[in-house]
This record gives sequence, C-alpha cells and structure tokens, in this order.
Amino acid sequence: MNTNGMAGARLMRWRYLKQTIFFTLVRASALLIVLALGGILFHIFYHGLSAINWEFITRPPTHSMTKGGILPAILGTIYLTVGAVAVGLPLGIASAIYLTEYAKQGRVIRLIKVGINCLAGVPSVVFGLFGLGFFVIFLGFGSSILSGSLTLGFLILPTIIGAAEEALKSVPQTFREASLSLGVSKWQTIYRIVLPNALPGILTGSILGIGRAAGETAPIMFTAAAYFTAKLPGSVFDEVMALPYHIYVLATAGTNIEATRPIQFGTVLVLVAVVLGIDLVAIVIRGYMRRNKRW
Amino acid sequence: MNRKNKEVFIKYLFLLFALVSIIVLGLIVFSLFREGMPLFATVPFRDFLFGLEWYPTYDPPSFGIFPLIVGSLIVTAIATLISVPLGVLAAVYISEIAPQRVKGILKSVIELLAGLPSVVLGFFGMVIVAPWLQETFDLPTGLNIINASVILAIMAIPTISSISEDALYAVPREFKEASYALGATKFETIAKVIVPAALSGISTAIMLGMARAIGETMVVLMVAGGAAAIPESLFDSVRPMPASIAAEMGETPYRSAHYQALFATGIVLFVLTLAFNLIADYVSHKFKQTGSATL
Repeated sequence: MNTNGMAGARLMRWRYLKQTIFFTLVRASALLIVLALGGILFHIFYHGLSAINWEFITRPPTHSMTKGGILPAILGTIYLTVGAVAVGLPLGIASAIYLTEYAKQGRVIRLIKVGINCLAGVPSVVFGLFGLGFFVIFLGFGSSILSGSLTLGFLILPTIIGAAEEALKSVPQTFREASLSLGVSKWQTIYRIVLPNALPGILTGSILGIGRAAGETAPIMFTAAAYFTAKLPGSVFDEVMALPYHIYVLATAGTNIEATRPIQFGTVLVLVAVVLGIDLVAIVIRGYMRRNKRW
Repeated sequence: MNRKNKEVFIKYLFLLFALVSIIVLGLIVFSLFREGMPLFATVPFRDFLFGLEWYPTYDPPSFGIFPLIVGSLIVTAIATLISVPLGVLAAVYISEIAPQRVKGILKSVIELLAGLPSVVLGFFGMVIVAPWLQETFDLPTGLNIINASVILAIMAIPTISSISEDALYAVPREFKEASYALGATKFETIAKVIVPAALSGISTAIMLGMARAIGETMVVLMVAGGAAAIPESLFDSVRPMPASIAAEMGETPYRSAHYQALFATGIVLFVLTLAFNLIADYVSHKFKQTGSATL
C-alpha cells in the first residue's frame, strides 16, 4: 500500500515535470518569434535612422544613385499601391457580396472558394510573369503603372475578399430581415443596410492587403519598376521607381554597393515604416472596433 | 426592367464578379503557357525537367532545371523543419497557455512579422545574417542554403501559427473539460486531446506555410547565393526556381529560348504551389472539424 503510494507520487511528479518541460519549450518558441521580429526591427532602425532626413525623402537620387534621396521611389510606391487598391477593393467587395449574400451552399460556391484559395497561393514571381505575359505583352500596356497596379490588384484580391466576407458575415441577420420585411428589395438591403454596416470592417481588413501591395517586389519587377527615372511619371503608361525594387537594385546591382549601404538601410526603414504603419493602423482600429461593437 | 428582373440581373452581375478569381487563375495559366510552351518545340520536356545543367546563356544553351527544383525543395524542407515546431508551439501558447495580455501582444507581433515585406527580410539576410554566418563558421559565402532557410522560416511562421491557432481555438470546450475531469494535466490535455482534435487545421497550416516558402522570391533571390548546381552541404549556395526567374527575366531578350524557359520554370513553380494549395484545401474539407463530432 505504502509503496504504491510512493510510486503514485513519483508518477505524479513525472507527469508535472513533463508539463513544465513542455511549457518551457512553448514559451521559448513564442519568445524566439518575438526576438526575431525585435532583432530585425532593431537592425533596421539602428542602421536606417541616421540616413533619414528631410532631403532623403524629398529629393530624387543623384550621382548614379549613390547620393540624394528617394522621392521618386516613394511616389512610385504610392501610385502603384493606390492603383492596386482601385483594382482589388471593388472587385474584392463585389466577390464577397456574392459569396455571403447571394450564393447558396453548393458546387458553385465551393468552386469559387477553391479558386480564391489557389489564387492566394500563387507565388509572387508567377504573378510577375502573368503581369508580363498578359498586361505588358498581350494587352500591350508595356511596363507601366497600369500593368503593375493591375498585377498587384489581383495579387491582393484574395486578402480583400477574405476581409470583406468576414465583415459582411458579422452584420447581424436581423438587420437584413428587418429591412426585407419592410418590403425593401434585396439589392437595396445590401446597398443601404448591410454594406454601410460592414464597411469599417472591410476597410480595416483590407488594409493588411494594402500593406502587402506596397511591399511586394517580384510582381512589379517585370511589369512596372524602373531602375532609375529622372522625371516623375506623367501618365499611367509610364514606368516608375518603387521602394521595394529600389532596395533590391541598390543592394545587388548598384554602382557601389558598400558605399550606398546607408541609403539602402534608409530606404528599408522608409518601406518598413510605410508598410508596418499601414498594418499598425489596421490593428489598432480593429481592436477599437471590437471593444466598441454596437451589436 | 421590372423589379424582379432587376434583382436577378444584379445577382448574376455579382456572380460574374465572384468568378473574377477563377478567371484570373485561368489568365495566369493562359499567359504562362502562351509564353512558356514554345520552348518544348526545341527542348524535350524530360530534358527540361530532369536536365542537370542550367546554362541558359551558353552557346549552345542548356535548359535543365533539375538543380533549381532541388534548390527550391531543399530550402523549403529546412524552412519547414524550423518553422513548424516554432509556429505550432507558438499557436499552442497563444490559444491555450498565455495570459490575456501576452496573447494580444504575441498576436500583434506575429501579424507584424507577416507584414514585413519580403525584400526587407531578404535584405536583412543578405546584409546582417550572411556576414555573421561567414565569419562565425569561416565560410566562403554567407549566402547559402541555411541562411535562406532560416529567413524563409521567419516568413512561414506567421502563416503556420495563425492558421494553427484558429484550429486550436475551434476545439470545443467540452473536450478540455472532459479531459480535466478525468484527472489529466494541462500538458496531457493539450498533447492528447486538443492537438489531435485540431490536427486537420494544423496540417492545412503546415501545407500553406510550405507553399508560401516554396513560392517566395525575394528572399531566395537575395540570400540563397544563386549557384545553379546540386548542393553538397548546407553551406552551399543554391538557385531556387523563383530566384532564377526573377534574376534572369530582366536580362533576357523577348521571346528568346531563355525567356521561354523562364516562363516554363514559372509553370513548374505554379503547378507545384497549386498542388500544395489543393492538398491543403482537400485536407481542411475532408477532415473538417465539426464540433463534438470530430472524435
């Protein structure tokens, strides 16, 4: 009896020891991820901050891109991102409206969802090839803001559809029923009741996709990005410089790679600030919306 | 148009928008095949896929992408080995163990990590990690398999961890309560009840993380070193498929055999990631977690 009790106690201790080991491992994993992000951000800020001043963000590059600022690249990224949103957002919202408001569970909806998942998984460089083969060559848009925006717009489409679906689903069913029971048509119910209530959610969810469009490199390499342009773009058929491509070019093929390190770090910092700034806004707004939910 | 007809019209209009994702997928296939297939008029498909020599600019050129495929698979495999334990354990921590505050912070950290542009991570690997690796292990170059795999793992962790977390979160409460009621420790409950119940979701997460790693371009372009040969050690350079496409497309003449070979490489990459995504989709649907009916 006594020995049994001792064995039992040992077993219990062993069971809790296993738990302690496991919990330590789990906490270590979480810590490692935090450290990875922290380490990356630290290096970027540490090396990048000294490069940044007013000149850097308001002047074009000079001396074969070894001096001067990055203004054309900043503007180019803004144009491409705005263009991508102009393509992706309306299409994404319309897709999500069909999926949540009109479609009945069945083959069509299943097929569309598989299609969206597959599109989300297409590698960014394949999007670049698609943009080159279809927009630049087949439709003859050339390497331009238009081609780049369309490519990026389709790249972020799955993200926006997902965000919009989520937001539309969170609008209570009673809202729709109340409207329909007053004799309002389905389309007007969607347009006047569902969409306005879902819009903040759609926008915050989409912001994450927008950040992605601003930071992608491979899709714009063959469709929009220029190594260097002296003048700012005048139309949607012009090539542009862009922050991500500028980083890649300076770091791998610049005239003097070592000497332009500060400019490279500065550009990285500007890009990270833009992208994470966009993401952070979304995260904060979403947290605020969750706390102040009206229904 | 009377009201009924108008409603029907609107419904089909939205169906059309919802089909855009599938149409784009079709256009991607169309563009890749239109530009890539002509290669196989001169180069047999077998020689392309299994050829050991990638000398696209030699005379006569040689278009064997086997070393590129091996490069892609090897960095993806090692990135998976690193990111799966970290990502899944972090998900367990977030969903089961972490206090509310830590949970919120960690989720934001992972979201920000997901938001970091790939060119920034590639730059970090190239400028910070590579010199460190080179000095510490006394290597000819720090741009190699191990460096690229670590950076790819950092990119895959957010995908793996956030999807796993959703799956863990969806495990019904009663499962846990029943397990505790039988006297199981928290670790035993996690290892023998919660994780097995969420296994289909976790598998999906892993597949999608791998798809992300295999298609990722900028990281392997900047960090993997670029040697188009079958590697012999983990410190060798490789040239994964996306890197090859992105690096060479800018320099190759329009519709040359080399250009077609790069599009054909894009087809292989596309098919590979499509397979990963379809398997992930199949797993998540076939073994769908449906509340208490799972076990």
